[in-house]
Amino acid sequence: MPEKVPDIQPDPPVQIQQILDGDVMAGARLIRCIEAGDPAAAKMLGQLYPHAGNAFVIGITGPPGAGKSTLISALITMFRKKNFTVGVVAVDPSSHKTGGAVLGDRVRMQAHAGDKGVFIRSMAARGAAGGLARAAQDTCLVLDAMGYDIIIVEPVGSGQADLKITTLVHSLGLVAIPGTGDGIQAVKAGLLEAADIFIVNKDDLPGAGSEMMTLEHLVQQRTLEPDTWHPPVASTCARTGEGVEQLADLFLDHRQFMKDNQVLEKIQTAQAGDYFTILVRQMVMDRIDPWIDRQVGAFLDTAAQQAEVAADPYRAARELADRLTRSLGEPGSVDREGE
Amino acid sequence: METVNKIRVLVAKPGLDGHDKGAKIVALALRDAGMEVIYSGLHQTLDQIMSTAVQESVDVIGLSIMSGAHLPICEKLTAMIKEQGLDNVHLVVGGVIPNQDVQVLRKMGVAAVFPGGTSFDTIVSGINGLFQ
Repeated sequence: MPEKVPDIQPDPPVQIQQILDGDVMAGARLIRCIEAGDPAAAKMLGQLYPHAGNAFVIGITGPPGAGKSTLISALITMFRKKNFTVGVVAVDPSSHKTGGAVLGDRVRMQAHAGDKGVFIRSMAARGAAGGLARAAQDTCLVLDAMGYDIIIVEPVGSGQADLKITTLVHSLGLVAIPGTGDGIQAVKAGLLEAADIFIVNKDDLPGAGSEMMTLEHLVQQRTLEPDTWHPPVASTCARTGEGVEQLADLFLDHRQFMKDNQVLEKIQTAQAGDYFTILVRQMVMDRIDPWIDRQVGAFLDTAAQQAEVAADPYRAARELADRLTRSLGEPGSVDREGE
Repeated sequence: METVNKIRVLVAKPGLDGHDKGAKIVALALRDAGMEVIYSGLHQTLDQIMSTAVQESVDVIGLSIMSGAHLPICEKLTAMIKEQGLDNVHLVVGGVIPNQDVQVLRKMGVAAVFPGGTSFDTIVSGINGLFQ
């Protein structure tokens, strides 16, 4: 770890009006301050909030190597052809060992680096669960307030258990590669149930046809109410751009469908509630976490208590947890597992 | 929320030479030193490098140059950095850099030069040193 880090306080400070005017440098600096946990940036988010909510937020998820970044690059080209401006938030994993990261999603998208209508931001997950950097949600807010029409979020490649993304995006595309999934993979709960559009990428590979059939079967088997969106299965080759225009249209169709059926407002309201919960939980945990460390440290300070832990860690933990939550003034609020 | 500020480095290869093994290995060494490295790949124009540096709000632009064109490239890029007001962004350069050009580059405003053969430790402490 470096002893000194760069000064994150922008000089001069970022102004709200610069963000609303779409000033790229101001936006980028604000995102930097958000990532660094600058309290002034958090305040600014509150001021930006009323100005956001206009962007259409798309998520592209799927296993590593599925071609998500290449596909996003091809989607940017299509959306730009249709005169939309596009913001991208691409999340890559951080090293658990050093906290550093190599953010390489951008390599596939560099063709758009000179385009003023495209803003691409790479982000390290920094240990946030769910594959989505915690700052990603706030970054989307900034891009939204800057006026980007469409925001594409690429979480860390996973394909499963990445559900946090559903509190952020309006439309979720799940990318599959031919020959990697069998029927069992497809019926596992999780992201497959959350996807709005299935995408079989690298459709020039053998097995593309059966992959599409599997996914189409899955969609048919899903209990779908009448008047709900039936997730289509798209076939693309991101490398050549084949099928990408149709995919872009599918996303726009989905948006239109949500607008026509008053689903979009409902989703946005539900997501705002979810995000509020996330914010509260995060702020409470930020305060409690170091306190827990101190309490556990103090507990382990005596040889007698160390012996208790060695004899029965479950019991010792339960007793300490009971004591700690009692001192918070909320007895019984803890899940008393095993009692 | 993890509120640690990290050094963000853009590693880019300008121009036409197609060897990025060195750039990738340095990117890994910087990651192992706890930095966040944005890797932009080969054949970058200076405009692409500049707009990437702005969008990613990096603290350091690290160029890998083996084409022999380090002098004109760095001259243009230092001017562009000044012009766009990226006063807090440091330019560092590695690759095939003859000894006699190191001082020329430093005078141009290149913050550090790491010719081929420089150890990772020297590169890491050289970049960390820019913020002390």
